[in-house]
Amino acid sequence: MDLKQIYREIVNEHNLHPEHKRDLANPTYVLQGVNPTCGDDVNIQVELDENGVITDASFSGAGCAVSQASSDIMIDQIIGKNKEEALQFIETFMEMVHGTASEEEIESLDEAAALSDVAHMPARAKCATLAWHTMEKILKGEE
Amino acid sequence: MDLQAIRADFPILADERYVYFDNAATSQRPRQVLEAIDNFYRTTNANPLRGLYEWSIGATEAYEKARSRVARFLNAERDEEIIFTRNATESLNLVAYTWAMANVNEGDEIVISIMEHHSNILPWQMVAKKKGAVLKFLEYDEKFNFSDEELKKITDKTKLVAMTYVSNVLGVTNPVKKVAELAHKVGAVMVVDGAQSTPHKKVDVQDLDADFYAFSGHKMLGPMGIGALYGKRELLDAMPPFLTGGEMIETVTREGATYAELPHKFEAGTVNAGDAVGLAAAIDYLEDIGFDFIVNQENRLSKLCLEAMRDLPYITLYGPLETGRHSGIVTFNIEGCHPHDVSSVLDSEHICIRAGHHCAQPLLQYIGVNATARASMYFYNTDEEVERFVESLKKVRGWLGFE
Repeated sequence: MDLKQIYREIVNEHNLHPEHKRDLANPTYVLQGVNPTCGDDVNIQVELDENGVITDASFSGAGCAVSQASSDIMIDQIIGKNKEEALQFIETFMEMVHGTASEEEIESLDEAAALSDVAHMPARAKCATLAWHTMEKILKGEE
Repeated sequence: MDLQAIRADFPILADERYVYFDNAATSQRPRQVLEAIDNFYRTTNANPLRGLYEWSIGATEAYEKARSRVARFLNAERDEEIIFTRNATESLNLVAYTWAMANVNEGDEIVISIMEHHSNILPWQMVAKKKGAVLKFLEYDEKFNFSDEELKKITDKTKLVAMTYVSNVLGVTNPVKKVAELAHKVGAVMVVDGAQSTPHKKVDVQDLDADFYAFSGHKMLGPMGIGALYGKRELLDAMPPFLTGGEMIETVTREGATYAELPHKFEAGTVNAGDAVGLAAAIDYLEDIGFDFIVNQENRLSKLCLEAMRDLPYITLYGPLETGRHSGIVTFNIEGCHPHDVSSVLDSEHICIRAGHHCAQPLLQYIGVNATARASMYFYNTDEEVERFVESLKKVRGWLGFE
């Protein structure tokens, strides 16, 4: 898919009307991720219940459309998963970015799979993966 | 001057699908520079300075001729006042690690401007931290000038003043000659970051009375990996070496060493003779074109670009209103659009611009933005390219989902 199509079909909607861009009232964890190439930051907030299930999550911060959309898509799909499932989901996403995921695995990413092309653009890969790295740090740090 | 003939000298510009507007980051190179480097390695290459045979002597001569060329270009009094480095960043670090570490002490002050590139901030932060000195920032006013009141930050405590001649974000030219005078009145040394000025204007280090002047070759048609530091001889003479090793010594014993004379004292290791020759060819090329033409062409393009962009209500421009103060640099934002997205959309139309903080985060904090887009033009760019850029700009908001 060419870049303009990616924006039109996936990125713009999540960037202009993000569903999960807000602050949580009682987040269990908050972590800021910074993209050193542009200085943009994303603030990821997560709420876990006693069974380690992600009951709610959100993001805030300044960033490009790609990083904002990627955050929104990730959070949308990660809510309701337990920690192990969420980490597996993130790992599959990273495998897709690195080009080592199978077609089946990519399909399992659902809407996040649409970020595949942009994540392969050398100039924008960091924008696409910032929120995912940040979420991974939160979930791993908790273990 | 025939612009098409000039463009024909630049092999990369033959591909007319591309509009290259990132010249403040690095320029393109004409075939004369590429051929000079190629010719050096094909006909003259040997390790300069030490060999006693014909080829090495030839390489030494080519290298020293390049130094002479740089000295004349900057109007340095002597050739040995030109130290070859990798780039402006290394030149500035050289001054910080040698002159400043030896001369700045606890309680002293270093004064720089808020417009500096990180390469003219971090070395001084390092010195200030290590020596317990204070780093002060000169802030510009709404007209992009430094007021007399602001310049009073240069005081008897000031040991070093560092300022960029031309800002890589705002494009403005700073009054470094006047600031050098103020610095000298209080006994401080004046360091000029010439990375962005040297490609665009005639520089005379003696007229500026700069104590140190740093620049990079790659922003002015030369190869990457070669730059220079100009320093007044008496200062360079008194300074300790920066890097130590081969080529920079007189004699070495088990216990110690005595150092070579200038400029070799500051050029440890095998030197970058091939790229020095390329830099000399770039200087020849620039002087053949002439700075009158370069300045006129850049000002014309800046005017065309700025005036077209001013008519677009969703665009914010940074830098002075006067189009003649931009040195070809047009920094902007599009309402609602992150500069990275702007750059990506333009990239899909083969228009190359820069987006981000331009290695000047304190300046962007001062302006009050996280990031901006920047188009920077050089003398080989054309009116048609500016028009294509502006037409593409008009469509960016649409591509990013705005009505």
